Amino acid sequence: MISDRINEQSPWEDLTEGNKIYEAATSREFKTGEWRTQTPIHSPEKCKECYLCVPVCPDMSIQVADDESIVFDMDHCKGCGVCAKVCPFDAIRMEVK
Amino acid sequence: MSIRERLSGNEAVAYAIRQINPDVMPAFPITPSTEIPQYVSTYIANGEMDTEFIHVESEHSSMSAAIGASAAGARTLTATSSCGLALMWEELYVAASDRLPVVLALVNRALSGPININADHSDSMGARDSGWIQIYAESNQEAYDNFIQAFPIAEHPDVKLPIMICQDGFITSHGVENIEIEEDADVKKFVGEFEPEHYLLKKDEPMAVGPYAVSNYYMESKRAQRQGMLNAKKVILDVAKKFEEMTGRKYGFFEEYRLDDADYAIVIIGSAAGTAKAAIDEIRATTGMKVGLLKIRVFRPFPEEEIAEALKNVKSVAILDRAEMFSGTGGPLGAEVTAGLYRARSKAEIVNYIYGLGGRDITVDDFKQIYDELADIATTHEVKDNYRYIGLRERGEQ
Repeated sequence: MISDRINEQSPWEDLTEGNKIYEAATSREFKTGEWRTQTPIHSPEKCKECYLCVPVCPDMSIQVADDESIVFDMDHCKGCGVCAKVCPFDAIRMEVK
Repeated sequence: MSIRERLSGNEAVAYAIRQINPDVMPAFPITPSTEIPQYVSTYIANGEMDTEFIHVESEHSSMSAAIGASAAGARTLTATSSCGLALMWEELYVAASDRLPVVLALVNRALSGPININADHSDSMGARDSGWIQIYAESNQEAYDNFIQAFPIAEHPDVKLPIMICQDGFITSHGVENIEIEEDADVKKFVGEFEPEHYLLKKDEPMAVGPYAVSNYYMESKRAQRQGMLNAKKVILDVAKKFEEMTGRKYGFFEEYRLDDADYAIVIIGSAAGTAKAAIDEIRATTGMKVGLLKIRVFRPFPEEEIAEALKNVKSVAILDRAEMFSGTGGPLGAEVTAGLYRARSKAEIVNYIYGLGGRDITVDDFKQIYDELADIATTHEVKDNYRYIGLRERGEQ
């Protein structure tokens, strides 16, 4: 992982030239979920698996699992609440945690 | 074998671009640098080079396209002047912090306002903190020679920084001079191929350029960037040495003209150095006064210690700035040379002059007057006004 080599303790000499990152998909390592103040709470009993919440998530933090239920990636969900807003069945509510 | 040819400064730079045949040139026209992309377009249309010329809608876009092309792995250059450079401002810093060896042919022209198309250094001096290497020319010959040295400096693995090759608008850009140009094959061999280790189009290595740097990284990033600028000093001298081996023409951080035994020195950038040299020859021949010149070629990285060493024996120094800074100390060159002399514990008296703004002429007589004032302050040790002007109309003097 790039964060093992370069992190917030790294001296300037250890940075790459121009901060270039020589690998892909390193944003997975960046836990933007830490920014969250409100958290979506999913109620599977109300969910009709219409998946309206999936495409509207700005962080692609809602995915469809193999059993067709939805799962939240809480490492990257910033708690914006768009999913709760679009859900026609009140199956997602936002809670301050 | 060098070839004799009469060329304007813009023609000389365009000729060098044809010889180098870079991969990409995005450019937008602006006086007095317009001819550079114009001539390059003609070379391309005539099939004499195969550079990808990108017609853009502004200089903001030309520098953005240059950054994209360079990050993709292409050898890239552009040209501009004055407000065109100002419109590139944001991207200048991005090119430098992304460590992209873009070359910019800058034809120096005053910034608006008031609107003016003639030579001064306010455009490039404003960009002096952007992280670009800056090399200046006195003559068309130097503009050509500096341009050929640009890519080998910028692309060196220890440097990897963008570079501005500057010449004075109209004075050299449109003035025709009999200069020596090199054979195409020699120039191509000297400049070589651009072979970056990492680039966006390298298919087996996905990468990101220009990521966000939060407070925990920004300072370390800037310090790492400065290392490229520090390393550039050695590389600039190494490339100049190689260039001398090819052409016999010698370059360093600056040129010393009759400075060895000089009591009174002028420090200057650009084409006005030629006028200063004529004044020096005349003064020495007629009065025997020991006058000399230090002409800055490399302004970034700033060769502070070397300048102080070259000026260590002079009694007084006049630093001439072709850019206004509205500061308490004078112009940008004045401030930096003065700081360097202070740190070197120089005992020389120092005075700063603003000259040539917006293309105002500076004459041999002006230089004679400066040397007289230098002799005066070296005797009296009184510098009444350190922020002076040459050729400025003032009440009470007409």
